[in-house]
Amino acid sequence: MAITETEVVGGIKTEYKYGFHDPEDYFFKSGRGLSHELVAAISEHKSEPDWMRKFRLKSLDYFLARPLPEWGGNVAEIDFDNIFYYIRPTENQAKSWEDLPPDIKNTWDRLGIPEAEKNYLAGVGAQYESEVVYHKLKKELEDQGVLFLDMDSGLREHEELVKEYFGTIIPQNDNKFAALNSAVWSGGSFIYVPPGVQIEMPLQAYFRINAENMGQFERTLIIVDEDAYVHYVEGCTAPVYSTDSLHSAVVEIIVKPGGRCRYTTIQNWSNNVYNLVTKRAVAYENATMEWVDANLGSKLTMKYPAIWLMGEGAHGEVLSIAFAGQDQHLDAGGKCVHVAPNTSSIITSKSISRGGGRASYRGLLEVAKGAEGSKSKVVCDALILDEDSRSDTYPYIRIDESNVDIGHEATVSKIGDEQLFYLMSRGLSEAEASAMVVSGFVEPITKELPLEYAVEMNRLIQLQMEGSVG
Amino acid sequence: MPLLELKDLHVALEDGTEIVKGVDLAVNPGEIHALMGPNGSGKSSLAYALMGHPAYEITRGEALFDGQEIAEMGADERAQLGLFLAFQYPHAVPGVTVASFMRTALNAIRKARAGGEDDPVPVPEFRKDMLAAMEHLKIPRELAQRYLNDGFSGGEKKRVEILQMAMLKPRVAVLDETDSGLDIDALKIVATGVKELVGSETGALIITHYQRILNYVKPAFVHVFVDGRIVEEGGPELAHKLEAEGYEAFMPVAYAGARLTSGTGEGEGEA
Repeated sequence: MAITETEVVGGIKTEYKYGFHDPEDYFFKSGRGLSHELVAAISEHKSEPDWMRKFRLKSLDYFLARPLPEWGGNVAEIDFDNIFYYIRPTENQAKSWEDLPPDIKNTWDRLGIPEAEKNYLAGVGAQYESEVVYHKLKKELEDQGVLFLDMDSGLREHEELVKEYFGTIIPQNDNKFAALNSAVWSGGSFIYVPPGVQIEMPLQAYFRINAENMGQFERTLIIVDEDAYVHYVEGCTAPVYSTDSLHSAVVEIIVKPGGRCRYTTIQNWSNNVYNLVTKRAVAYENATMEWVDANLGSKLTMKYPAIWLMGEGAHGEVLSIAFAGQDQHLDAGGKCVHVAPNTSSIITSKSISRGGGRASYRGLLEVAKGAEGSKSKVVCDALILDEDSRSDTYPYIRIDESNVDIGHEATVSKIGDEQLFYLMSRGLSEAEASAMVVSGFVEPITKELPLEYAVEMNRLIQLQMEGSVG
Repeated sequence: MPLLELKDLHVALEDGTEIVKGVDLAVNPGEIHALMGPNGSGKSSLAYALMGHPAYEITRGEALFDGQEIAEMGADERAQLGLFLAFQYPHAVPGVTVASFMRTALNAIRKARAGGEDDPVPVPEFRKDMLAAMEHLKIPRELAQRYLNDGFSGGEKKRVEILQMAMLKPRVAVLDETDSGLDIDALKIVATGVKELVGSETGALIITHYQRILNYVKPAFVHVFVDGRIVEEGGPELAHKLEAEGYEAFMPVAYAGARLTSGTGEGEGEA
């Protein structure tokens, strides 16, 4: 594949390594804009059951009826009429990388996905535009009854299971963007882990936007049955374009008693992507839910992974990183809602801003009446790299139970001239020294990542820093 | 040619306040120099200016490293040439382990020595060298996995400065009051580090308030530094004279009494 002009220009401007795009040669591409006809056509195209078609159409009504949110970031500039809501790049899903069209295969190679699959993953789903073009799960996990499919296949092959949970954790009218996703969703992952099955290696999904003005609306549903464990990892990139794309996912997770789910995101969208995602999990008795959410790219991100602690002894953790560079606004954080007694939660947020970027922590901690004996700790730290950048903290706390143990700490620090001088006096360039301070700052979170992802995370931080200092 | 040569060096703060007021000094290969002065004399400012701290500007004179003017260079470039400063107050870098920092710094220096080509130290070799250096400097192994200077005691910080010096093998090491606040054992370790570094192609400049460290490492040259200037120079015997008479004998009348401090305080700040 030839390197495109966009890639060259983008590379110079942003140091963003994934800003290339492939020529479009698609099986199906919708026109721009959103309508009931389009939503019906998507459902038709996918041969969905009637209940899903109705769900979609109703969701569109909700989307159209709701006003844009006026908090968080500026979403008023999103031109919903200019977006492509559905693109199906290939006719069929591939079981082998070799079966993909050469351009698309090449893209996955450049992103390192087939290599990662060989080395340390239990299963991979690769979504390109609206559809998952490649999907595979290790045979031994299939044999244990693990389901790991793209959401469309999940609906086709396991309709009853999907129908039982779909839209129950995040109702279709939960918020404007969840309503949009519910109307036009396509792709995403469907995972079911049977009781007692512990999947040691991560399952990975990778989301790639290729077309300009693309809207990607994947939908993920994960059900972890009793005493089971899964670690799901998602990564995402997009080409650099001068006009905007929209990514608006919905992720619903159910962790049954004694189960554990860890959901790790390494988001690295290009700086022309609006990333407006709703993620929510419920954890039942003695279950554990962990969101590890690292956000580097995008024009605007609004994302607050939530955990509802529904059963006694449930534990939730949100580890959030937001790194906002030039022309970026990352509004990220987490929510933990204690419904049952003796539940515990920890929210750890690390936000970094540089080059005029704006990073915010926005979080909710809620303890309902009756959730006695619950414990929670919220720690949000901000690091500001220069005078032009901005950091905000919006910690919302609502406690309706007196017998609880709640802690909240917040720090704001600036990268110090003295600290940089010290590191530079050992031979590190200013960019290397800054990257080292930032890597250290987020270390409490990166140490939770599998080694390969921790290395990738530190590399992404270095790329963010390069070209950012003179 | 001297490794480090200062000619009529003047250093000022950003607001124009002159701190170093004309220093001439030459450190040749194989030489250990001691720069001794009271609190507030500008010793640390001189050290910072040599290393390239952005708040200390060289306003006049020359600072030559191996004959090359370094005044316009960044701290990283000076380090890559082979200049090292052991800090009086080393900074903490939370989240970065001593080992990880050490390897990154070593690779930065190696890259510069390889003419800009990456030349990373093989991990087993690095591990072996670092553990050996730590053992030699009596630094507990567990310190390698702790975050750099984060929660370290004063003595641990100074030992880790000497560890960095031993690993990076600079050509000229400047030690800024590395001896202050150390017990005798730690002092001996610092002295050992300096003696082992200085050889036929390397030199050191020990900046200190006290004569104490000079019991363990013998400088060939002693410079008495008062109010931004070298006011007297001599051999090791000068240090003993200072010990006996204090700095008062070297101070202008106006300063004696007014500026003199006891000489027993620890962690004293320098302008």
